[in-house]
Amino acid sequence: MAMDINKDLIAASSTPIVLAILSEGDSYGYAILQRVRELSGGRVEWTDGMLYPVLHRLERLGYVEARWESSETGRRRKYYQITREGQDQLTEERRQWQAVDATLRGLWQAFDASLSSSDTVTGAVAPHGA
Amino acid sequence: MAREMRAHGHEAALEQQIEEWRSYVGRQRAIEAADLAELEDHLREQIEMLVDSGLSGDEAFLVAARRMGNLDALSREFAREHSERLWKQLVMPAREADGRSANADAIVAGALAAVSAAIVMVPGLFGLRLDEGLAFHLVPLLLVSLLTGYFAWKRRVDAATHIWIARAFIFAAVLITFSPFVAGGQTEALAVVHLPIALLPMVGIAYAGGRWSQVSGRLDFVRFLGELSIYYVLTAAVGGLLVGSVAGIVRAVGMQIDLEVWLLPAGAAAAVFIATWLVEAKQNVIENLAPVMTRIFTPLFAALLIGLLASLLWTGVGTEIDRGVLQGFLVLLGVVFAFLLFSVSARDPQASPGMLDVAQVTLVVTALLVDAVVLWAIVARIHEFGFTPNRTAALGLNVILLVNLAWSAVLYVGVVTHRVRFTRLERWQTQYLTVYAAWAAVVAIVFPPAFGYR
Repeated sequence: MAMDINKDLIAASSTPIVLAILSEGDSYGYAILQRVRELSGGRVEWTDGMLYPVLHRLERLGYVEARWESSETGRRRKYYQITREGQDQLTEERRQWQAVDATLRGLWQAFDASLSSSDTVTGAVAPHGA
Repeated sequence: MAREMRAHGHEAALEQQIEEWRSYVGRQRAIEAADLAELEDHLREQIEMLVDSGLSGDEAFLVAARRMGNLDALSREFAREHSERLWKQLVMPAREADGRSANADAIVAGALAAVSAAIVMVPGLFGLRLDEGLAFHLVPLLLVSLLTGYFAWKRRVDAATHIWIARAFIFAAVLITFSPFVAGGQTEALAVVHLPIALLPMVGIAYAGGRWSQVSGRLDFVRFLGELSIYYVLTAAVGGLLVGSVAGIVRAVGMQIDLEVWLLPAGAAAAVFIATWLVEAKQNVIENLAPVMTRIFTPLFAALLIGLLASLLWTGVGTEIDRGVLQGFLVLLGVVFAFLLFSVSARDPQASPGMLDVAQVTLVVTALLVDAVVLWAIVARIHEFGFTPNRTAALGLNVILLVNLAWSAVLYVGVVTHRVRFTRLERWQTQYLTVYAAWAAVVAIVFPPAFGYR
């Protein structure tokens, strides 16, 4: 079931996710969306249309290149390919996310630790199932 | 066989739906043709996936279109990314609605601008003045006929209408050329000014391209006139600046040529066609300016007229308004009338009455009262000094304006009190415009013989 994820979080993560998917190989809009759904186990569902302004922005920034090709059905389809700058940007984004992730992970651990310790102290008062 | 036919029918229905979706999304300014193709490809693939997983064509389309996202939000995202698309560049637009390349329009308009400038300058070459004689009579007619011709060509008006319009112009030209005017008399000037006004419906018929009999056709013409006046002022201002600078340089260099004398009128004529081309080229890409101006200035003008009326009543001036002031009032009333006309053309007929409508009603009612005062003053002058062509023309125009303002006021008050539909006011106003044209025709055709061509 798709989660309701904060819009800002989706916006911030869209760039590294799209770049990472494209670094696996050239792709087009629909396939990228499918891959996101797959990778997140259905928990992350982007609005279909919103992917395209993101792709256009990445193209404008020079991180991806676009070309039109004929698909299997004979229709014209726009394919995207990651560029050298895109790879560099991906590496940079990964660094930033890992830094943030490490910080949060430390905090979650401390939070869990404090929760379990508070359980043993106030166990008698805490309601069932808390 | 039957199943194949049914499948084919379903396919056709799906194509129809996709087509409608395409035209709906395509209307967004921020989404261009290439993006639309991309989105459509996505939609089709989504539909295929859904049909494969068991949905019917209709269901698949609904789900896929819904998954595409809310169109407004999508539009906003595209606009944020491609913000330059919101600032449409005006010159040389790529697409033209009726398939003809925009370049043809620009070339024809440019050629007509050059021709009109030439028409204005040619009399000077033959030593004729522009404000008397043949040039005085024919130049305005020629310019209006060029404008009509431009629209008749652009809208591909049919042959019968072409002939009809041509006959009207020829009749006008013959009439004014062979009428034995007394040189410098009032009827001559009146005829020259009123004949093009009487022929404005011809321009309108050419402009509306067969829709002149419909309210929407006439409203479009009114909107065009509103935009034309604004773009004309812009073009003329810049053009005038250019001519002034060139003339200044020429004089500074020591040459004794009075460039302005013939460049300014020529430029003024050419500016009509340049402004016309601009208004046509921008179409609905740029918000119409005339209604915006009226929205800003209506309350101010209403306040001005109330003040004017109050001061007139206070000082008891009624019959002693002198000629210059009277003319000033007439100009003011003309401007107010133009405001009313352009506001009516811009207002959404389905919108419910609001503050702006109240301001409009105030403006109309006060203009009505001022007009009554002006009418009274004109009647007084005629009573004291007798009938002259100018005074009679002013009298007639004022009576027509009074009737217009009176009935418009009644209808507009009805609109504001929710008793009258706005479309009724639209229809009344656009139909009444022909009365002005008819009066102009009377002044041009009947007055000269009636006043002995003086």
